[in-house]
This record gives sequence, structure tokens and C-alpha cells, in this order.
Amino acid sequence: MSATAVHSLWTRAGEVTTAAPGDKFTAPTIEYAQLAPVLIVVGVAVLGILVEAFVPRRARYTTQVFLTVVALAAAFAAVVGLAAGGYAGEKAQIAAMGAVAVDGPTLFLQGTILLVSMVSVFTFAERRLDPAAHGNRVDSFAAQAGAVPGSDSEKAAVKAGFTTTEVFPLVLFSVAGMLVFPAANDLLTLFIALEVFSLPLYLLCAVARRKRLMSQEAAVKYFLLGAFSSAFLLFGIALLYGYAGTVSYAGIANVVDGTVQEIDPALASTMGNDALLLIGAAMILMGLLFKVGAVPFHMWTPDVYQGAPTPVTGFMAAATKVAAFGALLRLLYVVLPGLTWDLRPVMWGVAIVTMLGGAIVAITQTDIKRLLAYSSIAHAGFILAGVIAASPEGVSSVLFYLGVYSFVTVGAFAVVTLVRDAGGEATHLSKWAGLGRRSPLTAAVFAVFLLSFAGIPLTSGFSGKFAVFKAAADGGAGGLVVVGVISSAIAAFFYLRVIVLMFFSEPKADGPTVAVPSPLTMTTIAVGVAVTLVLGLAPQYFLDLASQAGVFVR
Amino acid sequence: MENLIALLVAAPLLGAAVLLCGGRRLDRAGHWIGTLFAAASFVVGVVLFVDMLGRGADDRTLHQKLFSWIPVEGFQADVAFQLDQLSMTFVLLITGVGTLIHIYSIGYMEHDERRRRFFGYLNLFLAAMLILVIADNYLLLYVGWEGVGLASYLLIGFWQHKPSAATAAKKAFLVNRVGDMGLSIAIMLMFTTFGTFAFGPAFEATGDTSEGKLTAIGLMLLLAACGKSAQVPLQSWLGDAMEGPTPVSALIHAATMVTAGVYLIVRSGAIFNAAPDAQLVVVIVGAVTLLFGAIVGCAKDDIKKALAGSTMSQIGYMILAAGLGPIGYVFAIMHLVTHGFFKAGLFLGAGSVMHGMNDEVDMRKYGGLRKFMPVTFVTFGLGYLAIIGFPGLSGFFSKDMIIEAAFAKGGTEGWILGCVTLLGAAITAFYMTRVMLLTFFGEKRWQPDAEGHEPHPHESPKSMTIPMIVLAFGSVFAGGFFSIGDRFMHWLEPVTGHDHGHAPVSATTVTAATMVVLVIGVAIAWTMYGRKPVPVVAPRGSLLTRAARRDLLQDDFNHVVLVRGGEHLTRSLVYVDHTLVDGVVNGTAASMGGLSGRLRKLQNGYARSYAVSMFGGAAVLIAATLLMRAV
Repeated sequence: MSATAVHSLWTRAGEVTTAAPGDKFTAPTIEYAQLAPVLIVVGVAVLGILVEAFVPRRARYTTQVFLTVVALAAAFAAVVGLAAGGYAGEKAQIAAMGAVAVDGPTLFLQGTILLVSMVSVFTFAERRLDPAAHGNRVDSFAAQAGAVPGSDSEKAAVKAGFTTTEVFPLVLFSVAGMLVFPAANDLLTLFIALEVFSLPLYLLCAVARRKRLMSQEAAVKYFLLGAFSSAFLLFGIALLYGYAGTVSYAGIANVVDGTVQEIDPALASTMGNDALLLIGAAMILMGLLFKVGAVPFHMWTPDVYQGAPTPVTGFMAAATKVAAFGALLRLLYVVLPGLTWDLRPVMWGVAIVTMLGGAIVAITQTDIKRLLAYSSIAHAGFILAGVIAASPEGVSSVLFYLGVYSFVTVGAFAVVTLVRDAGGEATHLSKWAGLGRRSPLTAAVFAVFLLSFAGIPLTSGFSGKFAVFKAAADGGAGGLVVVGVISSAIAAFFYLRVIVLMFFSEPKADGPTVAVPSPLTMTTIAVGVAVTLVLGLAPQYFLDLASQAGVFVR
Repeated sequence: MENLIALLVAAPLLGAAVLLCGGRRLDRAGHWIGTLFAAASFVVGVVLFVDMLGRGADDRTLHQKLFSWIPVEGFQADVAFQLDQLSMTFVLLITGVGTLIHIYSIGYMEHDERRRRFFGYLNLFLAAMLILVIADNYLLLYVGWEGVGLASYLLIGFWQHKPSAATAAKKAFLVNRVGDMGLSIAIMLMFTTFGTFAFGPAFEATGDTSEGKLTAIGLMLLLAACGKSAQVPLQSWLGDAMEGPTPVSALIHAATMVTAGVYLIVRSGAIFNAAPDAQLVVVIVGAVTLLFGAIVGCAKDDIKKALAGSTMSQIGYMILAAGLGPIGYVFAIMHLVTHGFFKAGLFLGAGSVMHGMNDEVDMRKYGGLRKFMPVTFVTFGLGYLAIIGFPGLSGFFSKDMIIEAAFAKGGTEGWILGCVTLLGAAITAFYMTRVMLLTFFGEKRWQPDAEGHEPHPHESPKSMTIPMIVLAFGSVFAGGFFSIGDRFMHWLEPVTGHDHGHAPVSATTVTAATMVVLVIGVAIAWTMYGRKPVPVVAPRGSLLTRAARRDLLQDDFNHVVLVRGGEHLTRSLVYVDHTLVDGVVNGTAASMGGLSGRLRKLQNGYARSYAVSMFGGAAVLIAATLLMRAV
């Protein structure tokens, strides 16, 4: 990238000052207050690394959990403060020299990500589910991530009571990336945020305490495919830069609109070439669709969801989806609104195959985590229907749906961690038979989550799905809504099948037991149930909140 | 003053709540509490009536809105009452006769250990019936309509330990559901047609509505009326409903609830006036039922069932009159009120007879009871004279008016209807004389029952005879009081309107003809049952008699056509459901499962395959995007 290009990167956004090469390099202005949520999380993550280095092993767990929760709470408080200060509305602005947009959608999504991460971290910190090994309480993570599974060194690590407390700073780094991802206002920030939140996730996938090989396999697959999709994304960024001469969202949008006539001499041969625009846009879309798990870029999802430690799966399924859909929304609404009509048929196609594919393949799943993975694919399709609405209602309905879906997802995976037998979590569906007879409360809670996934009225899933479908129908995507409803009907089958299995089948003699969790996991599940019921019974306040937050700054 | 209207309903409703929720501790006082609340409602009714009389004829309607019931944009339903002359008439009839029958029940139900519950149900009935007649819109009317249906069900089946009573209650409920369906469809039609269910606005809108829609609404209302008022073709439940305690038969299945259909049609007069086809059907239903009930009444040996046939027939008169339009509305209601007096009196008399005869209901086992029960004999006799239309008594005036109105309809229709009503009057005279002769005259025919207990006929206690005496007064004087100076007509006319029609024959001729048929009817009955002894076991009888004993084969008809037909329909639907519907559903499920199984194989676990899929997807995405621009 030429110096000119780099320079224009910094200056395109906001008020454009055309500085000639050779001018003095002026220090960038950074609006620390507006970036506070991200800065707090990154800062504490770095602190967490130092904790790993300097705090005695015994105290690390407590310290890390404390720091992480405090960081997330402080960041959430900062988000609330910004929103209260009007940054979600009239004071919305582009910060950090055009790199980050602080506006309604950003703050809504950051708030959602922080809360969901908080309840996810509770499941990370859960240490009561497995019996203590050698007198030390253990969590879901390997004693020593680097040790070969089953090797002597691992046994030694277990005996010594090692735990992978690094997961906490890793989660914080990931959260930091996720906070930036939907706020990114230029393509490079977008890419960096993507990598910042993806790399810790790859690692987290690999450190399951039980079924390590599966966990590592999942991590490698996720890493390979993630890298593959990142390459597409990066190449798309390059093409768009070639097209627009800038990576700033507003700058690209101006070129797409045809409001910028000034041609960068170095790019004169390519600027304004529509082929570059279309191919570049399609490739960036692909990178984002990979992250949300849309068909046909979804194939990593079941394998990774199944292999990753379940707390990580819950975190990943909820928070990643929120961040990725946020970025997708901003890209489509800010950068490519002029391209809406070109991309719409393609997006229609993706949404349809995603809804149907997720729902149909889920029918034959026999593992609860894979089932939930396919369910998440189908939900990605439903959310895409709202994205396609291309209206303010579309944005707010997607924001609402993401909030709804993420809490239910974390809650559902938290319940999965409770159902255990000698080999750890009993994820095979046949083992869940008759769970309702043995542990009525756990089964009932899980049934609530499943009903919400299925979109049954009086649960949050219904409110969300209704909002999304209504926006899509109003936005002229009635056909998508029909497919969405059919997919929901198919999906209802496998959700209800699990409920039937839990409540109307005879329990097996060697069935799993339900572990009694600490207040941490209980909180996660209780929050999930509360959100499901409150947003199902009285969604209006939150719908209003989402619709107030539904305006992007450009 | 309008604030009192809600009290009419509130009093019996509170009574029902107290009695039904109060539990056994109220067992000893339950009947007094129930009677007190019924009487309170009557007092409120009288106060409102006096107040209404104090105002001019056009200023008598009162409204009271309690609250907005279902306030949705475009769908406004209020809990609001409207008390006009028509409602007032019903209020006085319901609370007045209701209170008398409460008093009667104190004696009649004395030995029943569930007496408190019985009074609770009676109060519940009063509340529902009052809601029905003072509602200011059809939706609230429907609440009352369903409420009286419930009360009727509970009271018919009050002696639920008897399988026949339980079955009869079920039958009444089911048959009424058919009619209720008609009312709910009518209400839906009204909402789509008029955009409201409130009486006032809806009736104003009839002017701008096509006749076809009004006819549809009218026919649905008629279906509702047929169910509640036991008119052909939904008449089959009334005879069986006599399984209920006799006060119930008197109050609900003679004086008040069964006349709700007449109220509905008269209240909806504005709709029927604009839908002549619907009116014609109403008249036909009335005429057919009038003869149907009368014929059935001739053949029954069960005193209550004979009276039930009579009720059906008399309501047929009212429906017929209501179907005549403004010519007949006033007379329909007038006959309804006088009928309320004398039929309630007759039923109470029948109850008194049964009370003295060990609950025997077969008239062939009575005979000569006038010596044993003088009060019952006199009051029953006055009711008898009233119903057959003995000159000067209530039925004479009200029935004569209907016969005149039928002729006044004009043309062939008028002649046919006039003759049918005359024929009905003759048959009425016959079957009522038959009841009278079998019960009170001739030799005593009762025998010891299987356990050797011989009945000892005796007069009933005061609590039972006093209501009978009061009702007998009504039977004697009400008709004359209403007719002198056309009092009743002037009272009701502002609500229903009135039209004299054009009678082809003079009123005197009609009255004379009525007298003639009356004498013929009585004479035939005397020849058959008065001159010679009555056999205790019923003779085989003619084909018609045998059919009439089986209620003119109504149940056989229903069984063959509806039950069998329904069974066949159900079976064929089940077949279609199993083969076609389930086939499609299971087929879809199976194909989805198969598709799922096949698609699942794509997920083979190899990262390289996944990458290929992503690559292919990206290629398609790019190609499609470019293609869209090219197109």
C-alpha cells in the first residue's frame, strides 16, 4: 500500500483534509471516552497476562475471574454511560480518526456482547461440575493446554492442580475484538477486529479438559477454515480499495454513490470499476457470512460447536454471532446501500438455503451440541431475513433478535454442561431420555429454551422472530418470510422432539446425572430464563430501545 | 336512576356467588338467601318500572355503561345495559315469576339435601337471564344467552344421580349449541356488515345494508331462537328437559328462558323488517312448531311432558307472531307474558300434584284429585281456562290477538296462517282438557307401587300454594288488563312499532271462530276422556298417536339423519385424515428426514471438503452478484 493510500486512509473520514505527501505527520486524535469500553477490556486483558506471569498459581483463578468480571462490568457501565450521554442518538460520531463509529447500533451491540460475555464467563469459571481431581477443583479446561492428551506430563499437571487460567484473558481479548467488529468504520479496522476476536477463539476451542482430541481437531478445523475465509475477506478489501481508493466506509460509499469525482492518480486505471466493487463486496460478504455461520459457509459450525469446551461453545455461538451480524449490518447499510439491489438476490438465496439447510439437517442429529449448532445455522438464516429488509425496522429487529438469541443460547449450552455421566457431558440425545422425570427443573428450563428457539409465543424467541419477519415482509421480502415460517415449522420438530424425549420417554437405567452447579452457572441459566420470559411477555420496552438504537452514523 | 340497572343483575349474581361458594355452613339458610336476592332484584325492577312510567313514552329508555369490555380499534364492545319498555317487561316477568318460583321451591325442595346448590343455580339463572334482556349489544346478550344455557344444563341435570336426568341435560346442552352457533355467526356477520354489535347503531345501519346480508343475519338469529326456544327443528331437547325439578320446568322451560328466542327476534325487529324472506321462514317455523307441539301434547301421558308439548306450541304462536313483523311484535310479547303466568302456574300445579302423589307423573294413574287438592285444582283450573282461551281470561285476549294478526297478514299467507292458528287453538283446547280430565276428574286410578306404598294425595304446603294463587291471579286478569284500551300496545309500541295490517275478516268473526274451535276441542276431549273411564294402561292408539308419543319421531329422525349421518361423516373424515392428510404429513416428514439424512453426509468431517464448499459458495456468490448486474 502506497504512502498516499495509507494517508488517505486516515483522512477520508469525517471532514476530508487533502494533505499532500511530505506534510508533517500529525498525531491522530483519539476520543478515549468514546472508546472506553474497548480500552477497558483490552487493558484488563493485558493485565490478565501479567497476572499469569506474576501472581502465584493458587491465587490466579480468583484473581482472573474477579478481574474479568470487573472489566466486563466496567465496560458495560461505560457503554451505558455513552448511551445515556446521547452517543446512541444525536451525538453519534466517528471516533479515532475515522476508524470506529460510536452510534446506536454500536452501543446496543457492545452492550449485548458485554452482558452475554459476562454470563458466559460465569460458565467458564464453573468448578463444581466435575469431581475434584487430587483434591483440586477442576473446570472445563485442560490442566495444561500444551500437554499431549493422556501423556505423563498431562497427568503430572493434573496432579499438580494446574488449571488453564489463561482462558480469562483470552476471552477478554476476544471480547475486545468483538466490541470493535460491529463498530469498525473502515475495512482494515474490520479485518483487525476480526482477527483479534478469532485467534483467541481458536485457542479456546482447543483446551477442553475432556475429549481433548476432538477439541483440538475442532480448533484446527476452525483455524484452517477461518484463515481461509479471512483470506477471502482480505482479498475483498483489496479489491474494494482498488475500486474506491480508500478503505473508509464513508469514502467507499461516496464512490458507490458517485458523489466523489476526484480520482487518485495512482489508482486511476481501477477506480470506479464496478467489477472490482461487486467481486470485492461479494468476497467481504463471504467472510462475514462465514462468521455468522450461513450456508454454504457453515460447515465448520457443527464440528467446532461439538468439539469445543461447552462454555466456549456457548460464548462463541452467542457473542460471535452478535458481533458478526453487527458488522454485516454496518457494511450493508453504510458502505453498500447503493448496492442493495445488486446484492439482494444473492442475500435472498443465502438466507433461504441457510434457513432450510439448518432446519433440515438438524432433524437427523443425535448429539445435543450438534443439534444446537444446526439450530444456530437456521437462526442465522432468520436473522439474515431481517438484514435483507433494508429498512430501519430491519436493523432494529435484527438488534433485538441478536439480544434475544444470544442469552437463550448461552443459557442452553449452560444446561448442556450440567447433564453428565462418567465420561463428562452426556451430549448424545439418547442419554437425555426421561430427563424430565429425573430432574424436572433442569428439563423444564431446557424446555423453555427450546420453546424459545422454536419461536413459541410468550417466549422471547417469538417476539424476535415476529419482529424480524415483520420487518422482512414490510421490506418486500414476503417470500423469505414464507420460507422462514416453513423452516420454523421444520425446526419446531426437532426442538419438540427433545422435549418429548425428556418428558415422555422412560429414563434409562445408566442415564446421566444432573450436576448441581455453583451459583455462577445458576446465574447464567437464570438470566437466560429471565430474558426469555421477560422479552416474551413484555418485549415492548426492548423493542423501543432497539428501534432507537437502529440508526447508523456515516 | 340508570345506576340502578346493574343492581338488577348484581343481586342474583351475588346470591349465586354466596350460595355456591359458601359451602355447607349455608345449608340451613341457603333457600332464604336465594329467595331474598331474587326478591331484591324484583324490588329494583319495580322501582325502575315506576320511574319509567313517570317519564314520557319517548323518553323511557335508560342506558348504563359499566366499562369497556374489549376496546380494540374498530372492535368496541362495552358492558353496557339498556332498559327500555321491552326489557322492562322481561325484567318484571323474570324477577316476578322468578321470585314466586323461589318461594315455591322452598317447599318443593324441602327434602333435597342439595337445596342450597339448587337455589344458587336458580340465582345464577336469574342473573344470566337479566343480562340477556338488558344488554345493549349482541355480544353481551350472548354472554347472558350462554349463561342461561349453562344454568339450564345444571338445573335439568340437578338430579344427576338419575342417568335419564344426566342424559337430558347433555341433550339440552348439545342441541342448544347448534342454536348458539347460529347466534355467534349472526354476531360475526353483524360485525362485518355493520361494524358494531350495539343495538342502536346496528339497527340504524340496516337501511344501508343489502337485503341478502340482512336475510343471512336474520336466518342465523332464527337458528339461535330455534335452539333456545325449542322450535322445529331444534325442539327435541325440551321434552327431556322435564327431567329437571318441576320449579325449573316452570321458570326456565316454560315462563322465561325458552322465550328468549322470541325476545331475540322482537329485539332484532329492525333487521327482520328489512328481510322479508327471513320473516317468512320465521313464520313457517312458528306455524310448524305450533302444530307439532300441540300434537305431541295430545298423546303424552306424562303430565310434565304434555305441558312441555304445550309450551313448545305456545312459543310457536309467539314466534309466528314475531315473524309477522310490526303486526305481531306486540302480541308476541303480550302472549309471552300471559303465557309466563298461566304456564308457570300450570307447571307449579303439576309439581304440586306430583308432590302429593309420590312423584308419580303418569296422568293415567291420577284421577279425581280435585277432592284431595282443592287449591291446586282451582289454580290449575284457572290456568287451564286461561290457556285454552276461555273468554275473559288472559289467554283469550293474547291468543285471539295473534290469530287476528295472522289473518291480518293478508293474502293467501294470511289465510293459511289464520287457519293454522285456529287449528292450533282447537288442539290446545283438546289436550289441555285431556290433562284436566285425566288429573282431576273421573275415578281414582292410583295403585300401590312395587313396594306396597299407596300414595296419599294431599294438598301442598303454603309456600307452594301461595305462588300458585298469585300466578292464577295473573292468569285470570293479566290479559284483560293489558288489552283494555290497548294498554300493552301503547306501552311497547315506541320500541317495536305497530301496524294494524289489513284483516280480511272482522275481529268479531275471528273471535267467534275461535270460540267455535274451542268448544269443538273441549267437546272431543270430553267424549274421549270424560264420558268413559280411562284405562290405566295406555291403549295402542292410532299411528299418529303412537308417533306423537314418540314426539313425532323427532329422536328417530335425529338419530337416523344426524347421528348416523354424523357417524358416517366422521368415519369418512377420519379415513381422509388417516390416508390423505396423514399421508401428506408423514410423507413430508419422511421426505424431510430423507433429505436430512442425505444432506448430513455432506458434513463428512474433512476440513478439505468444507473448504471446497466454501470456495464453491464464494464462487457462486461472486458469479451471482456479477450476473445480477449484467441482467
